[in-house]
Amino acid sequence: MLTPEFRVERDRERCIACQVCVRQCANDVHVYDTDDDWVSSDEAACVGCHRCMTLCPTHALTIRRTPRDFRANANWSADRINGIYKQAETGGILLTGMGCDQPYPIYFDHLLLNASQVTNPSIDPLREPMELRTYIGRKPDRVEVTLGANGVELQTQIGPQLKLETPIMFSAMSYGSISYNACQSLARAAEASGILYNTGEGGLHPSLYQYGPYTIAQVASGRFGVHSEYLKTAAALEIKIGQGAKPGIGGHLPGEKVTAEISATRMIPEGTDALSPAPHHDIYSIEDLRQLIFALKEATDYQKPVGVKVAAVHHIVPIASGIARAGADYIAVDGLRGGTGAAPTVIRNNVGIPIELAIAAIDSRLREEGIRNQISLIAAGSIRNSGDVVKIIALGADAVYIGTAALVALGCHLCQKCYTGKCNWGIATQDPYLTKRLNPNLGYLRLNNLIRAWSMEIKEMLGGMGINAIESLRGNRDHLRGVGLNATELDALGVKVAGWA
Amino acid sequence: MKHIHVNEEYCIGCRLCEINCMVQHSQSKKIIKAFREEAPRAMARLLVEEEGPLSFAMQCRHCEDAQCVQACMTGAMHRDEATGAILCDEDRCVGCWMCVMVCPFGAIQRNLVGNKAASKCDFCYTEKTPACVAHCPNGALTLVEEEASHAKSPSR
Repeated sequence: MLTPEFRVERDRERCIACQVCVRQCANDVHVYDTDDDWVSSDEAACVGCHRCMTLCPTHALTIRRTPRDFRANANWSADRINGIYKQAETGGILLTGMGCDQPYPIYFDHLLLNASQVTNPSIDPLREPMELRTYIGRKPDRVEVTLGANGVELQTQIGPQLKLETPIMFSAMSYGSISYNACQSLARAAEASGILYNTGEGGLHPSLYQYGPYTIAQVASGRFGVHSEYLKTAAALEIKIGQGAKPGIGGHLPGEKVTAEISATRMIPEGTDALSPAPHHDIYSIEDLRQLIFALKEATDYQKPVGVKVAAVHHIVPIASGIARAGADYIAVDGLRGGTGAAPTVIRNNVGIPIELAIAAIDSRLREEGIRNQISLIAAGSIRNSGDVVKIIALGADAVYIGTAALVALGCHLCQKCYTGKCNWGIATQDPYLTKRLNPNLGYLRLNNLIRAWSMEIKEMLGGMGINAIESLRGNRDHLRGVGLNATELDALGVKVAGWA
Repeated sequence: MKHIHVNEEYCIGCRLCEINCMVQHSQSKKIIKAFREEAPRAMARLLVEEEGPLSFAMQCRHCEDAQCVQACMTGAMHRDEATGAILCDEDRCVGCWMCVMVCPFGAIQRNLVGNKAASKCDFCYTEKTPACVAHCPNGALTLVEEEASHAKSPSR
């Protein structure tokens, strides 16, 4: 009962039958007929990734959504009807990739930034210094200094900190869920930009150890690839409890993606499924979490920050407070729209809360409890541009994680088929025909460009507000105003309505 | 001189290099016209070799000790003094195919439909960047400045 989701429109006046589309489609949509020197398309397998359209040298191809106009029904959308057709056929859970695509309110798009006019001067970041450097880690309650021969000397011992040149990091994406070339692009871009990337729960390939100072090593429920060298190489460690796309759900890397290299990196047999349990079986309470945090700190001589990544769920505020009190150096919160390589569609689309509300609530509570300085707060879950970065920092975050945006910079077209392993852009695949499509020499430059561009834009926005350091924006909700939000939402965000002084 | 560096690790086998090489050496230099209207159709001066996931574009290496030049009995195959590229003067080529026989890379083809001359990479001498390099979507073909001694034919 399913019909093709997309139509391939081929302009016959332009098609030269060069077969670039045939060679580039991993789903075998395009077929070349040698007898007729003619390329035709069977759209049944088209996922709308636009690879063929992008590479077609004569721009002969257009990929459109197939109009499937069921009788108009506000309740039964085509997506819901087609979902039932698929499940009635297969009896299985519907899978998807990337973040939640449902039309829930996007609070970023209801928040507006301030700028200086007359009563306070704006700053031109091209003429005056502008500070984006951010330190992630526990800050002391008070700082003691003495005036020595060499000037002011710090007496207070400050715990391990991560130094970021700009408050942006690359989100956890494992080697396995993405290709080696994608991992290498992220690692090199992190080094070039002076930020960090995150290994995800897939371990660290030995050839990427050289980027250790720019690496956050994740320790997740499957404990894949976790060993002492791995922990010692990274700049920080992160205990992954949950993920925004699928809170409460574990991970499953299918055996066909577990190649020889991935098997060695994850320390599991080749070709076996890599199953990450939904919970950590040694963490059933904040006290248990504290044990693992300190086990990791002990293993690394208290030299590295240890963070905890959780999905934004209903009780995220007390959970965050508990994580701060458990001794973590940072907490990464992944919102409703956070991405994934594979998740049940129903979970991705229905579980969790928006990151904007979660960060605002956590920041407020940690301040009320007087422990905000004890932990850094990293926001994740669909940070789409530098405007979102500025808004979430004004709501209370210290820095952001970007995952989807980074993949888009590498060529991702958000077709949401990461779980099939047939990523035509060479990102979410281990197929040797496909992985080489992502050249890390170009990929890392593209990521580096993205970070550079966002950083410059952030400086422009800060300058406009009359602020010369990102530190002064953190939790500074006076620089935000809400539009189109009700009183409860404004209250939850801690933001005034636009028009109020 | 400059060389076209081929990195097989990132060649995706799309053959856009072949397609654009052919367009560059067509009469009109317009892609749709070159494919659909011009007869005989121009030849691509390079070939993409493929086996399994491995693929790479193979074009003339413009060897320092070019055996095709030595083997050419009419002097059609020669080194261009200005650029250092090996070019074939098609007016002088008699189609004996000795160059095809001696080329260690198999980078010279017989053009049987045109003026029956040897067809090979001319480094797009009229352009700043060779068409194959300019149109490679994945950086598998790059233009690099190399010491001339680097490009020796392997038989030496």
